[in-house]
Amino acid sequence: MLHQQDKVFKNLYGLLDWRLEGARKRGIWDNTKELLSKGRDWIIDEIKKSDLRGRGGAGFSTGMKWSFMPKDLQGKSAYLVVNADESEPGTCKDREILRFDPHLLVEGCLIAAFAIGAQTGYIYVRGEFYHEAQRLQQAIDEAYAAGLIGKNACSSGFDFNLYVHRGAGAYICGEETALLESLEGKKGMPRLKPPFPAAMGLYGAPTTINNVETVAVTPTILRRGAAWWSGLGRPKNTGTKIFSISGHVNKPCNVEEQMGIPLRELIERYAGGVRGGWDNLLAVIPGGSSVPMIPKSICDTVLMDFDSLREVKSGLGTAAVIVMDKSTDLIAAIARLSHFYMHESCGQCTPCREGTGWMWRVMERLTIGNADIREIDMLLDVSRQVEGHTICALGDAAAWPIQGLIRHFRPEIEQRIANHRIKHPAVAVN
Amino acid sequence: MPKLIIDGKEIEVMPGLTIIQACEQAGIEVPRFCYHERLSVAGNCRMCLVEVEKSPKPVASCVMPVSEGMVVKTQTDTIKKARRGVMEFLLINHPLDCPICDQGGECDLQDQAMAYGFDRSRYEENKRAVQDKNFGPLIKTSMNRCIHCTRCIRFSTEIAGVPDIGAVGRGEKMEITTYVEKAVASELSGNLIDICPVGALTSKPYAFAARPWELKKTHSIDVMDAVGSHIRVDTRGAKVLRILPRIHEDINEEWLADKSRFACDGLARQRLDRPYIRKDGRLVPTTWAEALAHTAQAIKKAQPTNMAAIAGDMADVEAMFALKELWVSLGSNNFDCRQNGSLLGAGGRATYLLNTTINNLEKADVCLLIGTNPRWEAPLINARLRKAYVQNGLKVFVIGPKIDLTYPAEYLGESPTILNEITQGTHPLSTLLQQAKKPVLILGENVTSRSDGMEIHQTSMLIAEKFGFIKADWNGFNVLHRAASRVGGLDIGFIPSEQGKSTRQILAAAKSGQLSLLYLLGADELDLQDVNNCFIIYQGHHGDIGAHRADVVLPGAAYTEKDATYVNTEGRIQQTRMATLPPGEAKEDWRIIRALSELVGKTLSFSNRHQLQQMISKKHAVFQQKNIVAVQGWVMGSGRVGNITPAPLKDAVVNYYMTDPISRASETMAACTAAFVQPNQQENKAHG
Repeated sequence: MLHQQDKVFKNLYGLLDWRLEGARKRGIWDNTKELLSKGRDWIIDEIKKSDLRGRGGAGFSTGMKWSFMPKDLQGKSAYLVVNADESEPGTCKDREILRFDPHLLVEGCLIAAFAIGAQTGYIYVRGEFYHEAQRLQQAIDEAYAAGLIGKNACSSGFDFNLYVHRGAGAYICGEETALLESLEGKKGMPRLKPPFPAAMGLYGAPTTINNVETVAVTPTILRRGAAWWSGLGRPKNTGTKIFSISGHVNKPCNVEEQMGIPLRELIERYAGGVRGGWDNLLAVIPGGSSVPMIPKSICDTVLMDFDSLREVKSGLGTAAVIVMDKSTDLIAAIARLSHFYMHESCGQCTPCREGTGWMWRVMERLTIGNADIREIDMLLDVSRQVEGHTICALGDAAAWPIQGLIRHFRPEIEQRIANHRIKHPAVAVN
Repeated sequence: MPKLIIDGKEIEVMPGLTIIQACEQAGIEVPRFCYHERLSVAGNCRMCLVEVEKSPKPVASCVMPVSEGMVVKTQTDTIKKARRGVMEFLLINHPLDCPICDQGGECDLQDQAMAYGFDRSRYEENKRAVQDKNFGPLIKTSMNRCIHCTRCIRFSTEIAGVPDIGAVGRGEKMEITTYVEKAVASELSGNLIDICPVGALTSKPYAFAARPWELKKTHSIDVMDAVGSHIRVDTRGAKVLRILPRIHEDINEEWLADKSRFACDGLARQRLDRPYIRKDGRLVPTTWAEALAHTAQAIKKAQPTNMAAIAGDMADVEAMFALKELWVSLGSNNFDCRQNGSLLGAGGRATYLLNTTINNLEKADVCLLIGTNPRWEAPLINARLRKAYVQNGLKVFVIGPKIDLTYPAEYLGESPTILNEITQGTHPLSTLLQQAKKPVLILGENVTSRSDGMEIHQTSMLIAEKFGFIKADWNGFNVLHRAASRVGGLDIGFIPSEQGKSTRQILAAAKSGQLSLLYLLGADELDLQDVNNCFIIYQGHHGDIGAHRADVVLPGAAYTEKDATYVNTEGRIQQTRMATLPPGEAKEDWRIIRALSELVGKTLSFSNRHQLQQMISKKHAVFQQKNIVAVQGWVMGSGRVGNITPAPLKDAVVNYYMTDPISRASETMAACTAAFVQPNQQENKAHG
């Protein structure tokens, strides 16, 4: 169990003062100047040593990402973009940071921008987070007024401006390159890679895009040292993480815990356990709607980190744990997610545009069982045709929940089809 | 230069190429829909996926640049399956209406479905239905068929410079549209039909007319403007059904302007298909024998000084040459190929050509347009200037009326006296021209038809000489012609000698009753209203202005009906090819003149086209080299500033869609006029 002093987000529940004064009491903005004075290379090196992995879902090494930024900009600008377009169903961690600990993020922005050589930062906030964006803006204003950011930020000699931009409510704008397009005022459609944002990002300039949580933890890592961070969790899956637990639990909550905490412990200790007891558990989607679900048998022992979940063919994603007990119609639940991905597909590339609609329609029929047994395999095949063939990861995200369902609950689908056949013998498909 | 291995084949390519380009060089076919070499890369169709070693996922070959030691595989099972998957996705919402689709037989989707697809469908849901859009009188839409490759969006924003097309909605509800149901207001819109890989955008005039395999395809040259675009004339029987561009990198790349493409229905209307003679004030049909005899009689009766000939904008070099020979042998010097009254052509060839050449316009850094709107006078040259703007940031300055060129331009004013200021160095542009590395100026040929036209021409040449437009490897002095016949006419000297009368003098004489005979070789842009006591012979293919006033009508052949020579505005000598026979009793133009020469007793010394062409080459050495642009030597001018009047320069083309007998006879062009030109005119009126 994570000790209170090891928590980064000390005001996760909004019980303390979020303003600058309160934040300072929690050690935020404490001697930031000294951190900056140690230089870019030291910061990047420290973050690399800490093994911090991006908290947005893909889990890419943050230090590595920062080191991709050109050292010599030759007079050009570079940008830091913070992805606060948190729209993954089940996920609500960034929202809490924005409203209860915005100064963690603002300080993180300064440090991250300094490390990558960007003098301008943009925080792209999900459009629906209206009050959160306002509060973040207030925190930024406070920081400006206190000389923490802006010209000669924290008296470090480094100039840094930070802007909040509100999105308009498209899930795809949380994809980093679509976010850049949207930020530039264009239609939110993912860009082709290469070129990668570190070479050609916002307005064609080198850009680093990080998740809110990733940026927010960096000042603490630097203050307490990489060794402290990498001492938490498991190797390669270090540090703490905010888990959002929702669904059929007695006490849905956000909680900051060590990486690699057993799923069962996480649910039972913090979320009041599964409704009707552990044995009433059917399946869990461990990392936000786009990762494959895992059945109870796996939930019994699995650890919550990137690599453990990958071993069971799922993923940590955004660490949004969606718990489903035995009352859940899993097929209907996944059909609903399929509808979500169809609705949010940008329509740019073929497999996702056409495949998400197809998969949803088949899922809708599977929900009532109005299908042929062989359509299960067909659906699986279609999902494989989408997966890995698209410009961005939305295609994968649409395919994985279905693959997870079929992988673990094929008998249930078959049963549903058989039942439908019995009730409607005359309208058998094919 | 990076070396890479594609399907086991080692190949060395230029750095910066993408895998798909490298594959093309290696001769390996990679299927694609959205990729088009002249447009930006979209990478959205996912058909061109290939496997690259060390890459966990298949990569889109149109996006990925090559790198040293890359190992690419295009024929693995994974790739075959990926292509089949993409193909299946494209087809699930694509209607199975190939039998009634105009794209059938020349459809990328059809072809690639055969090569890379699967022969049955697993999709049992309903197909998507999309409302058709109104793209105007030229483009028919069938949006159910759209595969969202976005080639049309990219073409209209990048090449045409008219961002009228875009996509609304997202996911499977994404639709290509003009946003507000407006016609695509671009003079290059026909190219959208060519670049659409499926039958979503097809030709409205050609709808349901034919299947590609029924058509006879003839490679020819366009004469609707002076660009000389390479075209393919598709005919069935005696009818020209459509005209398509052919690739020629130095002229039209692979595009074609709308008038050149769609005016072809005018070839079947208002045609002169038999000779006519005016009897009792009315034109009545007659035989060739009678018409020619009647004409010969009139010629014989006329004094050589009182007879004249004017060639029109579509006359071919052979006919003009024959007519000139006949006229000279009759002792007359009154002939002119410049029916707009211009006096251009007295100097060397470089004084009336687009010397920079169309292809090199791309390299220009500063461009001064004088009294010309290339968008209407030569849309494909305008597209080149736009390309120069997009690629090298070409700066454009305009002397003349304000026009929308599809790229930014600075207006210096409408008065040509600005040229004097530039020459004297008192104009701000002078400094910029001085600094420019590859400056060009383009003088509209129509400007030279002003009373001070040659003075403007002379001053323009002076600017070119003074500001370094003329260098060893660069000639930035250009005249932009509108008429396909003009350069050819000037090259063979179809202009009066000093004793002869020019167009202006011919018309003045005709109006004062001094001219007794006027021979119009397809000249339809003349004001013949007040002409009296003059016997007018009209030889041409359309019953237009000239024929209405004529006393004898000799039916000739249009450009799709003869093997004839035309010279484009760069001075490139090119040949049209006969795609159909001239209608009815109409004949190739030089044959008519040859027959006439016999009757007037001055038989011309050639009896077939080969002899005629040899004679032309012999007398005019430029015609010996066909299809290339010879570099023209520059003879320094007088260095004198012309005496220019401040009268404003005017638009040469008011209605792009109707500029010649063929486009005036075309129903399609009439529809375009109604859709694009008239609303603008009304709007201008309304705004005073």
